[in-house]
Amino acid sequence: MNSSISSTSLAAPDLPPRDLKRSMGSMLLWAFIFGLLAWSWEGADMRPMALIENSGNMVDFADGFFPPDFLMWKTYVSEMWITIQIAIWGTALAIVCSIPFGILCSENIVPFWVYQPVRRLMDSFRAINEMVFAMLFVVAVGLGPFAGVLALWIHTTGVLAKLFSEAVEAIDPEPVEGIRATGANGLQEVIFGVIPQVLPLWISYSLYRFESNVRSATVLGIVGAGGIGMVLWEYIRAFYYAETAAVMIIIIISVSLLDIISQRLRKLVT
Amino acid sequence: MLVVDISGLNKSFSRDKRALNNVRLQVREGEMVALIGASGSGKSTLIRHIAGLLRGDRDGGKIAVFGETIQENGKISRGARKVRADIGVIFQQFNLVSRLTVLTNVLMGMLGRVPAWRGSLCMFTKSERMRAMSALARVGIDGHATKKARHLSGGQQQRAAIARTITQGARLILADEPIASLDPASSRKVMNTLDRVNREDNVTVIVSLHQVDYAKDYCKRTIAMRDGEVVFDGPSSQLTPAFLQELYGEYSSELFADGSDDTAKPVAEPVAKKDLAVATS
Repeated sequence: MNSSISSTSLAAPDLPPRDLKRSMGSMLLWAFIFGLLAWSWEGADMRPMALIENSGNMVDFADGFFPPDFLMWKTYVSEMWITIQIAIWGTALAIVCSIPFGILCSENIVPFWVYQPVRRLMDSFRAINEMVFAMLFVVAVGLGPFAGVLALWIHTTGVLAKLFSEAVEAIDPEPVEGIRATGANGLQEVIFGVIPQVLPLWISYSLYRFESNVRSATVLGIVGAGGIGMVLWEYIRAFYYAETAAVMIIIIISVSLLDIISQRLRKLVT
Repeated sequence: MLVVDISGLNKSFSRDKRALNNVRLQVREGEMVALIGASGSGKSTLIRHIAGLLRGDRDGGKIAVFGETIQENGKISRGARKVRADIGVIFQQFNLVSRLTVLTNVLMGMLGRVPAWRGSLCMFTKSERMRAMSALARVGIDGHATKKARHLSGGQQQRAAIARTITQGARLILADEPIASLDPASSRKVMNTLDRVNREDNVTVIVSLHQVDYAKDYCKRTIAMRDGEVVFDGPSSQLTPAFLQELYGEYSSELFADGSDDTAKPVAEPVAKKDLAVATS
């Protein structure tokens, strides 16, 4: 060690002064968070004691689930396939629509009088849950999987268009300028300058949405939009808990499997 | 034939700073012109204006390329996209699409020439692909055609960008600091390639450079800019060390690759900025 640098020759630096503003700010923030929780207590009808008081009932209730009854497993599996197929079509249609909508939402591609209205439209697609859309489509096209496909399509378009446009807004503008300089038209700038840059992200987002659409599709059946949700709902309403448990296990296994596969695929593309 | 004709071009990015100030210049067919000046002197801005990628102020400035108006009075003209097909632009950062193959990037040069639907679907004929391959061969990187652009070195990417302009059939190449981010050996290769395209294909080249040596070696004519104004336009051989020192300020010696002794002592008498502005021939 260099002897010229000794601890004595260096005066200890003063501690930086406490930032009162910041500590006040964080205290206010915590006060706000706890205030918010307290305010929501009543509205959410929080009764933790009920869990304990009714513990006996809950044990009886849970007991009904065991052992799960897999007698009808062929039906469950085929309904699960239908659920996955609903998710496949809902996601596929949404991807096709999200490409143009996503680009039309991007402020680095289109002027504000285009992206503002398109963004608001996508907001409205996204704001309404797929269950609500499913209920509406059941009325419009009748009970069954097709209503579920339509519901997923609309909602997912809203979500994916936003994610796609965020990817587009983060691109490197230089390759696009390079393409423009060759005399390419606007569409070609997007096809060759923008899409190659965002494609891996787009694929990753689409797979992720497919995963979550399979999960959503399992409940769409509750409002009559087909698939395993319909079976699940029938059993719950009829208090067939052993069968309900079997259906839930099938859902858990298939959703986990799909998650693993799609995660692998997503790692491959990015 | 006049290839580039600029008159009264102004550009202000903000109210008080002019990036281009009353630029007036003409470039004839077959010339290879160097554009020099310190960072921020307006070289890139000028090149982007000629390519129609930036618009000038709305005060009467005009740029024509091959006799066609590119922009006038701050408006890009309708025919600009058509003229752009004749202009190849080379950027400091190469501006290739890094995920596409080198060959596809070079084929992009054809977009302004083939029918829009065919270009958009990336459907190129065999003869078009052959043309792109021979352009790659000319710049010496045909062996890398199927690699993704991002896997090439900087010098190779820049030569791929030149191949794109060759495929494009550009009659004017605007090169915006093409060698600023390259090592000396790659820089020479890129400059040699530009030089060959200029001599063999009679393509007019305007190249902005940081190192004055390259301007002297490769270009007969040099245009020097400072604060958005053209302060010198004439034979590169007439660039005096004193002028360059004035142009670049105190760091001028760093700009010479072959030692700084020359620049330290003025050879000719100092020339005033306005006297240096030789009228375009």
